Amino acid sequence: MSGAVLPGSGATRRLLRNATFVIGALIVGLVVVVAILAPWIAPYDPYAIDLGRRLVPPAWMEGGTPANWLGTDQLGRDYLSRLIYGARISLIIGVATVITSGIIGTTLGVLGGFYGGRIDDVVMFLITARLSIPVVLVALAVAGLLGTSFTLVILVLGLLLWDRFAVVARSTTMQLRTLDYVSAAWCAGSSHASVLLREILPNIATHLAVVATLEMALAILLEAALSFLGLGVPAPLPSWGLMISEAKEYMFFTPWVILVPGVALFVLVFGVNLLGDALRDMLGTDLSR
Amino acid sequence: MVRFLLRRLTVAILVALTVLTLSFLLTRLSGDLAISIAGPNATQQDVEMIRQAYGLNRPLAQQYLDWLVRAVQGDFGESFFFKDRVANLIAHRLPITLTLGLVGLALALVVALPLGIIAAVREGSYVDRGVMLVALIGQAMPSFWLGLILMVVLGLNLGWLPISGTGGWEYYVMPGIVLSFSAIPSLMRLTRSGMIEALSSDYIRTARAKGLSRISILVKHGFRNAAIPVVSIAAVQLGFMLGGSIVIETVFAMHGVGYLAWESISKNDFPVVQAVILVLALIYIALTLLADLLNAVLDPRLRTS
Amino acid sequence: MTALLEVQDLRVTFGGTAAVRGASLAVAKGETHCLVGESGCGKSVTSLAIMGLLARGGRREASALRFAGLEIGGLNEREMSRLRGDRMAMIFQEPMTSLNPAYTVGSQMTEVLRRHRGATRAQAVDRAAELLGRVGITAPGLRLGQFPHQLSGGLRQRVMIAMALMCDPELLIADEPTTALDVTVQAQILRLLAGLQRDLGLGILLITHDLGVVARIADRVSVMYAGEVVESAPTAELFGNPRHPYTRGLLACVPVPGKVKRGDPLGSIPGVVPRIPPGFRGCAFRDRCEYAHAECSGPIPRQQAGPGHEVLCTLALAA
Repeated sequence: MSGAVLPGSGATRRLLRNATFVIGALIVGLVVVVAILAPWIAPYDPYAIDLGRRLVPPAWMEGGTPANWLGTDQLGRDYLSRLIYGARISLIIGVATVITSGIIGTTLGVLGGFYGGRIDDVVMFLITARLSIPVVLVALAVAGLLGTSFTLVILVLGLLLWDRFAVVARSTTMQLRTLDYVSAAWCAGSSHASVLLREILPNIATHLAVVATLEMALAILLEAALSFLGLGVPAPLPSWGLMISEAKEYMFFTPWVILVPGVALFVLVFGVNLLGDALRDMLGTDLSR
Repeated sequence: MVRFLLRRLTVAILVALTVLTLSFLLTRLSGDLAISIAGPNATQQDVEMIRQAYGLNRPLAQQYLDWLVRAVQGDFGESFFFKDRVANLIAHRLPITLTLGLVGLALALVVALPLGIIAAVREGSYVDRGVMLVALIGQAMPSFWLGLILMVVLGLNLGWLPISGTGGWEYYVMPGIVLSFSAIPSLMRLTRSGMIEALSSDYIRTARAKGLSRISILVKHGFRNAAIPVVSIAAVQLGFMLGGSIVIETVFAMHGVGYLAWESISKNDFPVVQAVILVLALIYIALTLLADLLNAVLDPRLRTS
Repeated sequence: MTALLEVQDLRVTFGGTAAVRGASLAVAKGETHCLVGESGCGKSVTSLAIMGLLARGGRREASALRFAGLEIGGLNEREMSRLRGDRMAMIFQEPMTSLNPAYTVGSQMTEVLRRHRGATRAQAVDRAAELLGRVGITAPGLRLGQFPHQLSGGLRQRVMIAMALMCDPELLIADEPTTALDVTVQAQILRLLAGLQRDLGLGILLITHDLGVVARIADRVSVMYAGEVVESAPTAELFGNPRHPYTRGLLACVPVPGKVKRGDPLGSIPGVVPRIPPGFRGCAFRDRCEYAHAECSGPIPRQQAGPGHEVLCTLALAA
């Protein structure tokens, strides 16, 4: 009686959820395809410097040319080509970070949630300690000490961004542990490892997928921020954050130089977040059913 | 209640000690700190001198204990680059970062709370969807890029605000806006879900049955209960904002502790970096404790049990 | 007899689902009127619809909805909120969750009087303390400063009742006020309601599924089935001379000491309350009714079965 809903709203909701999912999937899919096909679709070598053709505006602006559809940067490199190769960096960072942090966080969370007691105390302590560490600052400090490199960014972010995986894995495992079919598996004499792998993990996977989209979006943004501050991916790699950083000296005269990579970054992260939202919505209805 | 807070305090102290240890280990990551400090052009002799001067030739455990004892007393040593006590440097710069963080939080709350409440009241409508879209946009916005865009638009084109630097209140507006973007999505979502739950509760039905005004039903009876988790998340978000201030302070050339840390990292000035990490972590820990305390104050069920 | 509350042909729908399908009833001044029926028959929705408190998505229509001579069907939320809590009050089934956990009992009670009567804080506190005493709460001063979670379920329901009485309402709607309480507490609350009704001349519309409660305190009973009031009569008449087959079935389910012998099978009505599809015609009870015949799927007449006794049935059942 209290939760009465219009019958039409369920259908609209499902449609909207699909729309969210469809748009998100289109954006992310497009970026993935572009990243994979980069060598074939990029019109120029992203590293080829042409000092004679510096800061050429995009084709639709005054002084632009169809030859450099998105213009050229301060060293005369083709912006579109750099953007296309830059998608690879963002995606690899995003995926690699999620895999690393996902493994760490899920392991800790599942152990804490499953065994409880002292083990859970330790896991909770680790999560609290991790949250109190300022991520950007530590990542910058490590890069400052060890020098910048692509692998280092992945490692540092992977080692720092596991907290949400752990929190979600822990709470969902705790809920599952009390359910009948898990107890049934216990009673049937299954080993700890097999209960964890066969009963728990598959059932928390969807929740972890939502976290994965959130963390991937965060990792992409953080890589861009680190590269922007000069302590992420080293030049001349075409990281979008680095492109913004290199262009910012010119932004007061030719604002499009920061607009192009910035919009690319925003759209990709937006797409990943849309996917996460659609996933969460589906989960929400599944749980209430 | 008191026991709960004592337990949280114990955990907080343990976490603080862990962070102390980690920030010590962090500077030893590179292997030989003396070489890092001396820089690439230093001779073998310079490195040896630095090793002597900073006591880096002693056993690691001894260095650690020594550092720990001093850090607990608030003595973080001396900056190689600024030639000043690290504690002094931080004390000078911290007010700027704290002000910025509070401005960011205030702006975030001013935007997130009303929007979250409106979205909840109109759940499922286009207003609600619009608000959720705002949350998604805020989540996807690269803060440093937004900062640059604001500098061009508000600073250069419109000339409303100073482009960058440290100074009066007008210097805090743009960085504050950028910083608030990072906290708005989570605060808004939490306000919305909390309000939806509160508005469907039996006590709201009672409030309506009593014939109370709409404002009183929404704010006094609805938001008062939805606010409890929002307040504690707001405190935690302030901690995250201070931690993220390094990016924004660098973009806007604001001389707070974030900017100090960035300068020190590029100058290999490790005592300063270490101290900033520690201070920000301690502030975060203090804020989570404060959140627990606020929770207890706001929730009578916690307070009186 | 002037009707304090008059409901004619009330219809409530949630989306395409009809929860109430043309219910009519009247509560006289100073009368205790019980609305009974199985769960899901629409009695709670009826009470909420009268108060204008339907959940989101609920639509209400009625050919007449009059309170003390005033047509309230067309009032907007703001106009309704002036009546609610002032001249018509309501208490609910769930005393555990119906009070706001964030405020003291005193704060929640006084705001009613301050809102509707512009009373000062001191006046409102005095009134609240007086009413807490009236509903049988000892040490009202102490209770006013306490939070809901510090009170037992029975105490909370007493607080709810006292809160509903703050402005001396003419009508009190009580939606299963005792269902969530212990049996001993149930009796106390019922005695309290009956006493209040007698002393204050309050009109009470009591929603319940418990015929034992009805027999004890009702002046008049309306029986609801699948969104319709199928029979309405003074209490003694209804218990002594039930006309509708559903009412008879309902009464047969209650063991009455002295009448039902130990070991005799207790009555039961086969089947469950059906879901009523849109455009449904005829008697909703016909599938469960042993007297059902062809006319039951046509329009059902409202028959007068005695003074103040109405029944919605095609049969003129003998006593």
